Amino acid sequence: MKAMFIAFVGIIVIAVGADQILHHAGFAIDEVTSAPSVRLD
Amino acid sequence: MARISTKFLTLLVAAFVGLTSVAVAQTVPAPGEPRAETGGAQTLADILRRQEQQKVDDSFRRDNIGNPETAAPIDGQLGTRGGVSDSEFWRAYRYNELDELGTVRASAKGPSGDTSVTSVVIQSTGMEWLSFRKGPLKDYGGYLLLGTIGILVLFFLFRGRIMIDGGKSGKTITRFIGIERFAHWTIAGSFILLALTGLTQLFGRFFIIPYLGHEAFAPIAIYGKWIHNNVSWAFMLGLVMVFVMWVSHNIPNRLDLKWFAVAGGLFSKNVHPPAKKFNAGQKVVFWGVVLLGASISVSGLSLLFPFEMPMFAATFHHLNDLGLPQLVGLDPLPTDLAPQTEMQLAQAWHAIVAFVFMALIIGHIYIGSVGMEGAFDAMGSGQVDEQWAKEHHGLWYEEVTGKPAYHDSHPAE
Ligand code: HEM
Repeated sequence: MKAMFIAFVGIIVIAVGADQILHHAGFAIDEVTSAPSVRLD
Repeated sequence: MARISTKFLTLLVAAFVGLTSVAVAQTVPAPGEPRAETGGAQTLADILRRQEQQKVDDSFRRDNIGNPETAAPIDGQLGTRGGVSDSEFWRAYRYNELDELGTVRASAKGPSGDTSVTSVVIQSTGMEWLSFRKGPLKDYGGYLLLGTIGILVLFFLFRGRIMIDGGKSGKTITRFIGIERFAHWTIAGSFILLALTGLTQLFGRFFIIPYLGHEAFAPIAIYGKWIHNNVSWAFMLGLVMVFVMWVSHNIPNRLDLKWFAVAGGLFSKNVHPPAKKFNAGQKVVFWGVVLLGASISVSGLSLLFPFEMPMFAATFHHLNDLGLPQLVGLDPLPTDLAPQTEMQLAQAWHAIVAFVFMALIIGHIYIGSVGMEGAFDAMGSGQVDEQWAKEHHGLWYEEVTGKPAYHDSHPAE
């Protein structure tokens, strides 16, 4: 059962990490849905 | 005072009765017939038809885009804009009939380079998408999941738990090593979170808000969305790991036909078709997970990064080239898609795949837990009872132990 719990902790770590990375990379929802970045020129 | 309010009430009732009788009286005029009740504009019957998702003849609107030829001169009364009024202009704009008036182009474009402003600014497909999402998608998706659960309950009532026919031997062998179990639980844990939060996004309005109210639903929806967006990466990681580690064991072969011929022994005691590491039923689960998982990941990424990864115009293009829509009697699929239409299709496809995927996984979870004695250990501790291995994966048992799994006949020969 250890592998299972490590996986569950892994899911949480990856989720928090992904949120942070996307935030810093400028993919936060408030940035994405504001003016110039929604354009596909 | 009392008299005034009674009068008001009477008026209200009268107005209501009047309105309903208008509603009843309105019928759909035949194409081209004048729409007397509304002076030629959309009628209540049109609106009702659209809500029922029936075809609405919109020629009264589509064709009503003005005619400069017959217009009053520009210096006459009402003679502005070359004989095209504001509403006629916007109608022409919506139906892409602006050519005579000059071409208007949008700065956003679809993947096929469609920049007609019409498709970007006035979005007719939004309504179709919305009614699909809260209509058939929600209904049939819900029935599919409930139906799957119902079938499993019936199966359990009739067949019961599939037991180890020969009884437990007490000796175990390793079925899945740590990294395999880690990968399995990464995809499984994330899938369950994604399924629950995804269902909340679709069904919350209908099944949570009425009971808990908007205030309680708001944080559920917000945190649910956070989970759904961010947990998707773990799902993709698990998917890749599972694929890499198990694909070689899941190539279809002749044994699978034998397995299907006796339905895997699922419906009868003491029937154990020979199988290697994965039997035919598990191969179905594996390939289902891989294909549905890949498709749901790609459409999910397309939703996560809005407008950055449109994929339907290109997909439809390939399908048309292959002649698949034509083969089933459909017109070629549209390949000029507005960015919003791409997003709507991505959402619809993501959800359809999700429902099929959830139905498959509900069956998988059942057989991997309550449905079969000894199965869970394979993913729990990684150790399975030898007798379980002999019965369900005899050829694999022989491979790893070098001992025979079958007494009299040897199916491996
Ligand atoms: C609580 C939920 C789950 C349980 C109890 C469970 C249990 C199991 C077990 C016991 C096995 C090994 C079967 C054997 O030894 O032959 C297995 C295999 C597998 N699981 Fe799960 N599982 C769950 C959820 C999931 C989910 C959500 C996915 C994918 C989205 C998944 C994908 C797979 C795949 C691809 C295999 C290999 C093929 C197969 O055995 O069918 N599982 N699971």
